Amino acid sequence: MKLTVNGKTRNVKAHPMKRLLDVLREDCGLTGTKEGCGEGECGACTVLIDGVAVDSCIVPVVHAEGRRVITIEGAARTQTGKALQDAFVVHGGAQCGICTPGMILAAAPLKPGASLEEVKFALAGNLCRCTGYPAIFRSVDAALNPASAGRLRRGKPAKVKRARAR
Amino acid sequence: MLAGDPKLTPIAGCTDVYVGLHFGTVKEQRFIDLWSLDELRGIALDRGRLRIGALTTYPEIIASTLVTRRLPMLVAASREVGGAQIQNRGTLGGNIANASPAGDTLPVLAAAAADVILRSARGQRTVPFESFYTGYRTTVRQPDELIVAVEFPVVEGRQWWRKVGTRRAQAISKIMIAGVRGTGVRIALGSVGPAVVLAKQAAAILQRGGTLADAQAALANEIAPIDDVRSTREYRAQVAANLLAEFWRTTQ
Amino acid sequence: MARAVGTNVRRKDGDAKVIGAAKYIDDLAFPGMLHGATVRSTIPRGRIAARKLSLPAGFITADHRDIPGRNYVALIETDQPCLAVDAVTHVAEPILLVAHADKHALNDIDVTIAYTPETPNYDPEAADLCFKKITIDKGDLDRGFRDADRVIEGEYRTGHQEQLYIETNGVIAVPGDGQMTVYGSLQCPYYVHKALVVLLNLPPDKVRVIQTETGGGFGGKEEYPSMLACHAAILARKAGRPVKMIYDRVEDLLATTKRHPAIVRHRTGLTRDGRLTAMDIEVIMDGGAYATLSAVVLSRGVIHGAGPYRCDHVRIRGRAMMTNTPPNGAFRGFGAPQTQFAVEAHMDRIADALGVDPVRLRAINALKPGDTTATGQKLGKDTSALPVLREAVKRSQFNRKRRQWKGTNKGIGLSLFFHGSGFTGGGEVKLASKASLELTATGACILVGSTEIGQGTRTMHAQIVADALGVPYDAIDVHEVDTAFVPDSGPTVASRTCMIVGKLLERCARDMKKRLGSLTPAQYFRRHGAFTVTSQYEPPPGLLWNDDTYAGDAYGSYAWSCNVVEIEVDPVTCEVRPTNVTAVAEIGKAIHPMMAIGQIEGGTAQGLGYALTEEVVMRDGRMANATLTNYIIPTPMDAAPMDVVLLERPYLHGPFGAKGVGEMPIDGPAPAVINALRHCGFDVRAIPATPERLMSAYARQNPGRAPARRAAVVRSRPGTV
Repeated sequence: MKLTVNGKTRNVKAHPMKRLLDVLREDCGLTGTKEGCGEGECGACTVLIDGVAVDSCIVPVVHAEGRRVITIEGAARTQTGKALQDAFVVHGGAQCGICTPGMILAAAPLKPGASLEEVKFALAGNLCRCTGYPAIFRSVDAALNPASAGRLRRGKPAKVKRARAR
Repeated sequence: MLAGDPKLTPIAGCTDVYVGLHFGTVKEQRFIDLWSLDELRGIALDRGRLRIGALTTYPEIIASTLVTRRLPMLVAASREVGGAQIQNRGTLGGNIANASPAGDTLPVLAAAAADVILRSARGQRTVPFESFYTGYRTTVRQPDELIVAVEFPVVEGRQWWRKVGTRRAQAISKIMIAGVRGTGVRIALGSVGPAVVLAKQAAAILQRGGTLADAQAALANEIAPIDDVRSTREYRAQVAANLLAEFWRTTQ
Repeated sequence: MARAVGTNVRRKDGDAKVIGAAKYIDDLAFPGMLHGATVRSTIPRGRIAARKLSLPAGFITADHRDIPGRNYVALIETDQPCLAVDAVTHVAEPILLVAHADKHALNDIDVTIAYTPETPNYDPEAADLCFKKITIDKGDLDRGFRDADRVIEGEYRTGHQEQLYIETNGVIAVPGDGQMTVYGSLQCPYYVHKALVVLLNLPPDKVRVIQTETGGGFGGKEEYPSMLACHAAILARKAGRPVKMIYDRVEDLLATTKRHPAIVRHRTGLTRDGRLTAMDIEVIMDGGAYATLSAVVLSRGVIHGAGPYRCDHVRIRGRAMMTNTPPNGAFRGFGAPQTQFAVEAHMDRIADALGVDPVRLRAINALKPGDTTATGQKLGKDTSALPVLREAVKRSQFNRKRRQWKGTNKGIGLSLFFHGSGFTGGGEVKLASKASLELTATGACILVGSTEIGQGTRTMHAQIVADALGVPYDAIDVHEVDTAFVPDSGPTVASRTCMIVGKLLERCARDMKKRLGSLTPAQYFRRHGAFTVTSQYEPPPGLLWNDDTYAGDAYGSYAWSCNVVEIEVDPVTCEVRPTNVTAVAEIGKAIHPMMAIGQIEGGTAQGLGYALTEEVVMRDGRMANATLTNYIIPTPMDAAPMDVVLLERPYLHGPFGAKGVGEMPIDGPAPAVINALRHCGFDVRAIPATPERLMSAYARQNPGRAPARRAAVVRSRPGTV
């Protein structure tokens, strides 16, 4: 079957019910999409199909036939992908990095000006164990709202103080 | 096709079937893929009844001004299904066919007195939602039938819905309630029995002006909560009573 | 030249991760590679009566007879078999190994193990086998109780917790002629190396361990990968081909280590105005079926057991016991979250009983410079219990909210805690860690056995070296962690990677700088070529520890922290929502402030999960909720706003004054949550404080009453995201 992945059309020979995740990683050699649970719970396997985020571990490859699939390797092709990638590096959204590909793609459909609630809703299906999430929200905000980076941050930002020895 | 081969399992968004395949709880080997059947999609008014195609996904329900106006409790339920990735693939028909006692839309469909439209090579039939389930994960759908749509009469009165999950997203419910309070009262609960429970006695008591305490007592007899890895019988029973009170208090 | 230390330089590994180029173990493949799987015990205890394996062609199988060396996973004790021989002591104990070129073929193997079951024990207090006993004795307990006006008792319980790294355990073993190389997702390559040497009976230079990019560890990949590496190596050796073994999530949840459950009992004497006179503490930890790291978890747990408080008369008796459950192991905090949960929950219980304000109770008793700890360690100028307490109380407006929210469904609670950096007592001396720095054409390359697991090792080490060497941060490279190239810097655990190993690197860099003289690295390299400087651990002067009396200087330095957690309890469901968390931490020096904050935010989220939702449901010795659907960690929708403040009070012997920060953040949130619940009228002594437990406790403690519904009306400062 023909799949368009990251703008390139590929001919893939696979059982129609083979997981899209496995087709991407094995048949297409794109290992950026990760498996964290195999049950559609953690979102590490998130890819975009026609701009919409899905868990590729529970999508049969036949449902991606003739559709535009974007993986992390092609995230820069989306409107906000490149900004998100840079922001996750600069603002601490990526620590161990295993949830990062899925997280970036889940955030990619968001529009500039998205509120914190909208960001949380878009990322609700993506689990992270390293960051506790605040740095991820800051990273997404910085990518979507570069002019007012930190808009999501209310109150005083985290500070470093030099304590006086007593 | 289904008429010819009853061992074919229909699949749509696969958010339940695939998890079952992964864990080995789904043993079926042969599937019929409905995903591209656009005639099973769409939200429209049909002779005054709201008709939602079986392949409608949750973002489509959430974005629909029709559903928001006519059935806001279905929008509320849709927003709490899994996370974005699950909502983008899950379908209303799939939620019904999967027949989980914890299906997020099912109490809404019961409280709204929905009808399930089934079609086969033999023709079409309409099954009232409250008769659709006959037991744990058992439905009246024949192997050669497909769910093609769900239809809703006008829902009169205030709608209320609440899901109590293990967390605020990606959660299987511990208990759920959907309620309608108008001249009539309809109350349905999920995750407190082998299938969705339409609490007729509790609703009848409230409808005729009985006390909340009496309604809660009746409700306790209508549900059958259990202990499982997510919650306890005792908690579910207590919260069911609390949710009934909350429904009644906030829909005044 | 711009300094790197103290600034948020660009992460060394960030770019590869965000474009999907970073290679984790499952991203690798080798020619001729097979996939391996483990056949495990389905009963908690019994003798193996028979094994029946019916496999078609193409399968390789292995059992304990295929082990050329010793059949145990070398760590501390020798009790844990790599593959069971004739008995099993826990569900999921590994018995047989199978491999096949097609990983899907592994799903359909026909294996029957017949057992003669024996009666299992799941109660650590009823256990026969004690892995370790430790007693800390300070002063004269009887005298302490004689001095007391009040004696308050309490018992506290904590459950298992799963590390839940988003990347499961995985390795690939690649055999060679009389040698073995293992690639893997791991924290401690030299632990794996040691285990393989013992199992395979190979000379150390014939075993090579290479860490691949690791998707989270939190302690869960400290010792467990040794077992997995041994399994893959056995199969690879037998097959003569590379073998990849990646656990799926269910297997990882069922079979790998968890945090030790604990029972902690306090009997505390105080004067009527709240000064501690005596602390009698009992700590019982459930080690699971084999010792693994229980002795060390118990050690850290008891040393932190009296909390950050001054008391002249302290006795802490701890024991780690064997039960027929999968062995427990390392998880961030390593014993301290359990015992500090207990002491901090107990402090609020004491505050209630004495009618003393919880802040004042802590302020009276908090350790100050010059005080001695429970092990008799005299604390230095970098003792910051009071500053972190004051800052957290002020910043969160604790006192005002405490007053205004009384009797409503909102609560606020605090916890004061500390965490020693590095290995306990003589541990660092025994480790004798090494770090090396190699001059390159453009700068220098770091060679350490410390691993990057998300916490920022590569970046932070490079910052330290850059500044000590006087070159730009970008001129410093970090070598892949490969035992063929890097020295043993000790394990990546115990909050030691910055304070201990970073210090070694600082010394390497300063030595290198001396040798460079007035030349830049590039100039020196052109004229003289490369050279390598190596530094080995030396204890700071004056550090004394006695392992027999368990007294003395337990750690070179402690970091200090205070958490304030604000919650809302839903009266209909008893669900608890943390609405704001204030975390103030004194960590010596923040080498990379953003990454230090990342450790605090991440550890705090794990601590909130420990407190509220993360429960391992055990049934008949087996985890019954072994899926990500049913083991509940927070999603982004559950994320609590956090307000983090870092205080710096340099530690003399840390690199640029830095102490450790990785583990401390998980010690504090759980008791702060429990204390906030106490403020709401819930007396809870066990975690997780699930809605089920809260509803049941409330009904018992307040018969006939419903939980408070009235929300307080306050203009609280919204939390920082």
